[in-house]
Amino acid sequence: MTEEIIIAGFGGQGVLSMGKILAYSGIMQNQEVSWMPSYGPEMRGGTANVTVVLSDERISSPVINSYDTAIILNQQSMDKFVDTVKPGGLLIYDPNGITHHPERKDINIYTIEASEEAGKQGLMKTFNMIVLGGFLKLKPLIQPEFIHKGLEKSLPARHHKLIPENEKAIEVGKELIKAVQLV
Amino acid sequence: MKELRLMKGNEAVAEAAIRAGCDGYFGYPITPQSEVMEYLMYQEPHKTTGMVVLQAESEVAAINMVYGGASCGKRVMTSSSSPGISLKQEGISYIAGAELPCLIVNVVRGGPGLGTIQPAQSDYFQSTKGGGHGDYRLLVLAPASVQEMADFAGLGFELAFKYRNPVLILSDGVIGQMMEKVELQPHQPRFTKEEIKANTPWATYGKTDDRGRNIITSLDLDSHKQEKHVTHLAEKYQAMEENEVRYEEFQTEDAEYLIVAYGSSARISQKAVDIARAKGIKVGLLRPITLFPFPKKPLAKLATQVKGILSVEMSLGQMVEDVKLAVECKIKVEHFGRYGGIIPTPDEVVAALEQKIIGG
Amino acid sequence: MSEITKEQIRQPENLVYTKTKLLTDKALSYCPGCGHGTAHRIVMEVIEELNAQSETIGIAPVGCSVLAYEFMNIDMQQAAHGRAPALATAVKRLMPEKLVFTYQGDGDLAAIGTAETIHACNRGENITIIFINNGIYGMTGGQMAPTTLPNMKASTCPYGRDVVTMGNPLKMTELVAQLPGVRYVTRQSVHTPGNVRKTKKAIRKAFDMQKENKGLTFVEIVSNCNSGWKMTPIQSNKWMEENMFPFYPLGDIKVDGQLVK
Repeated sequence: MTEEIIIAGFGGQGVLSMGKILAYSGIMQNQEVSWMPSYGPEMRGGTANVTVVLSDERISSPVINSYDTAIILNQQSMDKFVDTVKPGGLLIYDPNGITHHPERKDINIYTIEASEEAGKQGLMKTFNMIVLGGFLKLKPLIQPEFIHKGLEKSLPARHHKLIPENEKAIEVGKELIKAVQLV
Repeated sequence: MKELRLMKGNEAVAEAAIRAGCDGYFGYPITPQSEVMEYLMYQEPHKTTGMVVLQAESEVAAINMVYGGASCGKRVMTSSSSPGISLKQEGISYIAGAELPCLIVNVVRGGPGLGTIQPAQSDYFQSTKGGGHGDYRLLVLAPASVQEMADFAGLGFELAFKYRNPVLILSDGVIGQMMEKVELQPHQPRFTKEEIKANTPWATYGKTDDRGRNIITSLDLDSHKQEKHVTHLAEKYQAMEENEVRYEEFQTEDAEYLIVAYGSSARISQKAVDIARAKGIKVGLLRPITLFPFPKKPLAKLATQVKGILSVEMSLGQMVEDVKLAVECKIKVEHFGRYGGIIPTPDEVVAALEQKIIGG
Repeated sequence: MSEITKEQIRQPENLVYTKTKLLTDKALSYCPGCGHGTAHRIVMEVIEELNAQSETIGIAPVGCSVLAYEFMNIDMQQAAHGRAPALATAVKRLMPEKLVFTYQGDGDLAAIGTAETIHACNRGENITIIFINNGIYGMTGGQMAPTTLPNMKASTCPYGRDVVTMGNPLKMTELVAQLPGVRYVTRQSVHTPGNVRKTKKAIRKAFDMQKENKGLTFVEIVSNCNSGWKMTPIQSNKWMEENMFPFYPLGDIKVDGQLVK
């Protein structure tokens, strides 16, 4: 199994940390992982993205031009990455702020109203975990116990008290994910 | 149980340096390698191992601090990215001339000039052919993973002291910024005063009655002596060529074509090999791990087996010259690269292989 | 009258002066009349008095004193032009128990090494900087230095230093005295026995303070360059008194972290 994922959105949406938690959880589950971020000025208030690869084998390239899954959190990222999803692949996006919805017919498309739900439930800090929950519902690549360990490893000890809140957000996300198009 | 962590390449080399018994780090911020010093400052190793971490006023000062520390027989290092490494060249030349051991990390970004902060491999010439003024070489290690960023810190110090020569870890923005699984080595103590006396009897730690003065200098106004000194350096570089060549081969056994690539280009090329093989193209990959000394012999041997070689680099084509020299132009060697901070995709590498080597 | 032999003179009762063992037997490469030799001697005498040969690491600059390590019988490092304070910083940080000093000229310290000097001072590195200021580049043959006086002639200002186009002389010593990391700053000379004694005391004080880890100590020695100035040694000392001292007045500038006056 090799899963190649791009997560993209605004800086500050927790894109990089979502990727990091996913990658650390992968390590906990004894998988090979890579996490390659965009970096530099484009991060400051602009778009942020991270490529995460989870695999049972040694990972060759951490830099990829087509993905099994794209998790898209703003319009700029949609424009940039919609065409990079492999045919038959998965696109998850938060429709909040999306003006041009994806038109591809050869991929599976889901929406997750994560920012709206996070606002309602006062879970803005765990918005990214809601999105991660949606992804894990569709692709349960990592078992919950390893996600727990991944959170422990990713978050500094002083934030460990927030782990239950993060796990709750993941569960919220699993309920929230909605199919738009299946191929 | 092994200690596994998810780390950035920049963090891994910093943590590994602490664990390798590094005595001092001297640096100056520059993207994309600032995490090295940030990590060290956060860890406060002076409280645990006693390692000194100092933010210098410039790259020039930082490399000269390395010169001062290395002169004392200490394990010292600096890191920077391309424009900063250019500034360090003066100090590196002095360090090579004075035969001092030290570790330098270059997390390469695109140039020339201020260039871009995105990854590149356009410092190959500077790294492998000297870099500053004078006849000298650095021993150059090219990590292709975060694990190797960690492993090469300890190895780098070991080789630096073995040859009394600066060792350069030539990384790039991909390897520095990405996170991967890292298995960390256990802590190795810093050198004791007794070890410094025994292992680096040339070091300046204070003249005692039992020995003459120790002088660290790269100056000799007597040209005959200077010629002798440079000859001695050349012998060291020859010994490195004989003993320290490191490389890795993937799927070369039955290869009809070969890709040569180092660092992150090697990772991308490995995927390109998989894609090409799926298309029925018998291609293999040779990854130089040491860029100086360059793996000339294994390349010359593969040149008798394959029909053509594609050198893949994130540059206009620098390593390709060494590849051509290694195979003595007996077979076709072409370069493929993206540059200016653009990372080639595996598909582009396959396309270049088909166009420039197989079809060409 | 019979000739007196050397052997007859070389009797212990006739001994009035001997050089410190911390100077090597190598003949100094400096021009006759130059202040460097005296400055070398008193620095080494202080280290001998402190019984600190095994504890001291000196950093030589680029300039006339590039070969200081040939004459000073201690462990030394030779720095790239201007970088001595950076080397000294690392040496002291890595071996805080050692006595560490740089020995630098004006081109080295006040031109190419300005950043290294100011930042080592500002960090309050526990090192001692010995700064020889003779207002000219001696080693390279008498070019204008950052400390060359207004209207003073040098090979790169053959009609005299025009401050409008070439800038004013830089008083680095006064400049670094402003920095809180700097503990002791003084300006002395070595052109008369009395001045030599004062300078030696100042160097001793600087090294003593370094041992207390209270910050950077900085001793400027205004010196002559009879070759570069194209004068006899005696003329050069007189010229120095009449022209250099009014611009670079001798005396303590900062003591115990407090500016004097």
